[in-house]
Amino acid sequence: MIGWITDPFGEPIVLRGAVELVLLGVLSGGLGCWIVLSGVSSTAESLSHGMLPGLVGAALLGIPLLLGGAVGLVVAAVAIALVQRSPLTPDVATSVVITGLLGAGVLLGLSPSAPAGLGSLLFGDLLGVSDLDLALAAALGVVVTLLLFLLHPTLLLTGFDRLNATALGRSPARLDLVLAVLLALATLVAVQALGTLLVVAMLVGPAATARLVSRRVAPMMLLAVAIAVVASVAGLAASYHANLAAGACVVLALAAAFCMTLAGRGIAHVVLARSAA
Amino acid sequence: MTGARLLVVDDVAAAYPGAAVPAIASLTFEVRAGERIAVLGPNGGGKSTLFRLITGELALGGGRLDLTAVRCAFVPQTERSRLDFPVTALDVALMGAVSRMPWWRRPGRADRELAREALRRVGLAAVEDAVFGSLSGGQRQRVLVARALVQDAPLLLLDEPFSALDVTGAERLELLLRELAAEGRGILMATHDLDQARAADRVLCLNRVQIAFGEPAAALTREVIERTYGGAIVDLAAGAAALLPTHHHGERR
Ligand SMILES: Nc1ncnc2c1ncn2[C@@H]1O[C@H](COP(=O)(O)OP(=O)(O)O)[C@@H](O)[C@H]1O
Ligand SMILES: [Mg+2]
Repeated sequence: MIGWITDPFGEPIVLRGAVELVLLGVLSGGLGCWIVLSGVSSTAESLSHGMLPGLVGAALLGIPLLLGGAVGLVVAAVAIALVQRSPLTPDVATSVVITGLLGAGVLLGLSPSAPAGLGSLLFGDLLGVSDLDLALAAALGVVVTLLLFLLHPTLLLTGFDRLNATALGRSPARLDLVLAVLLALATLVAVQALGTLLVVAMLVGPAATARLVSRRVAPMMLLAVAIAVVASVAGLAASYHANLAAGACVVLALAAAFCMTLAGRGIAHVVLARSAA
Repeated sequence: MTGARLLVVDDVAAAYPGAAVPAIASLTFEVRAGERIAVLGPNGGGKSTLFRLITGELALGGGRLDLTAVRCAFVPQTERSRLDFPVTALDVALMGAVSRMPWWRRPGRADRELAREALRRVGLAAVEDAVFGSLSGGQRQRVLVARALVQDAPLLLLDEPFSALDVTGAERLELLLRELAAEGRGILMATHDLDQARAADRVLCLNRVQIAFGEPAAALTREVIERTYGGAIVDLAAGAAALLPTHHHGERR
């Protein structure tokens, strides 16, 4: 059993992948809690999907993916913002834009001149992370953790009582901006490893799982980080043994953690209700 | 009233963005240290709007609003708060301390002690670790009062603080407000309950425009009450009177 878990990490590239997952777990677990609590998980998903044309464009032009991803994110954000003025409801309008961008990205990626496989942009390349990816994930992890620590009381106050936050000396709009920038940076850094389709799982999955069993935000954040790290590394180990795609296994492991927690919570409720009766 | 002026309102009006007519207009009153002022008005009369104006959430549409006290604590109507957020009663009370701090500071042990003391004062010491959303409506309202106590401001604004309270809770809050006024704080409290308005030091009658301002005994004449509620009073038995509201068609929220 121990060997099953440790063996894969004897391989340097798997170990690098695991280090990346730990860094992304720390980065995404805590930030993801605020994404989930402020009800913007679907916006996070839209942004990460909508950035695909930027990534494919960068691959075609031979410029750094990071730069292409950044442009892609800005384009997606502007497109989502613009389309909110249409007579459609916001979620319909956003879906139209995002599927459009995704389609454009796929079309570009399937063109004969496209060098990198479209797959690694959609699903990431966890076993191919570069030193730069690791360094960026570590640096952003430090910045995000520090900011979330300092801003914690403000985030709590504003999240709990947004309508009256101004009366309590806090500006919800300014805080939204900080969270949006952090979300964009986290997406940008994690997309290399997890791809535009899977990256949001790391941001939202562990936080949603932790939300199921948490009564307060700080423990929820710690739990989300723990879940993100443990489940994703376990998913990587499983992918090694089963010889399956690493990113997909990681996301499946995150989803499994959510389902198991949900089921466990349901069983606990039934047991508690029985023993109380 | 001899206390220092905390809030001076002079011919104030305010409209919501996009609205053709002002939500409130012609308001002229003051709040002094040590007095409890009731803002009496029907639903939609503009009580919450007045508070939004004082807290700066809504821009002044005309007139002069002088907030000498600078800081004011605010107890919002409970139906505006989120029930699905993972915070305890103590966390919420502590937000009162956060509101006095710059963004990078974190509340410390002394602040936590203040928050506990405030929960004790509103009779909620036993549930400080309970999740806010799991509390009863009355308890939630008292938690928000505790948060305002921790804000420790010279001027306290309360928007219909009695609406969800049971009899004991209401008596306790009534007593607490008297204590706070005796400490020299000014209290401005919205209510649609005539008896509560009668128990205040001064009353501001508001139905989109100011109907009256003064001590309840003098201000709350039959005519003023009728105009405040837009209804007619029917005399019942000896001295008792009932208010027949005019039917509100198309009341908006
Ligand atoms: N956010 C808003 N936007 C536009 N109009 C509003 C808003 N809130 C309240 N109003 C209008 O302002 C008037 C006063 O409302 P309000 O201050 O909430 O009354 P009260 O608190 O006395 O019940 C009402 O006619 C209401 O329709
Ligand atoms: Mg109101």
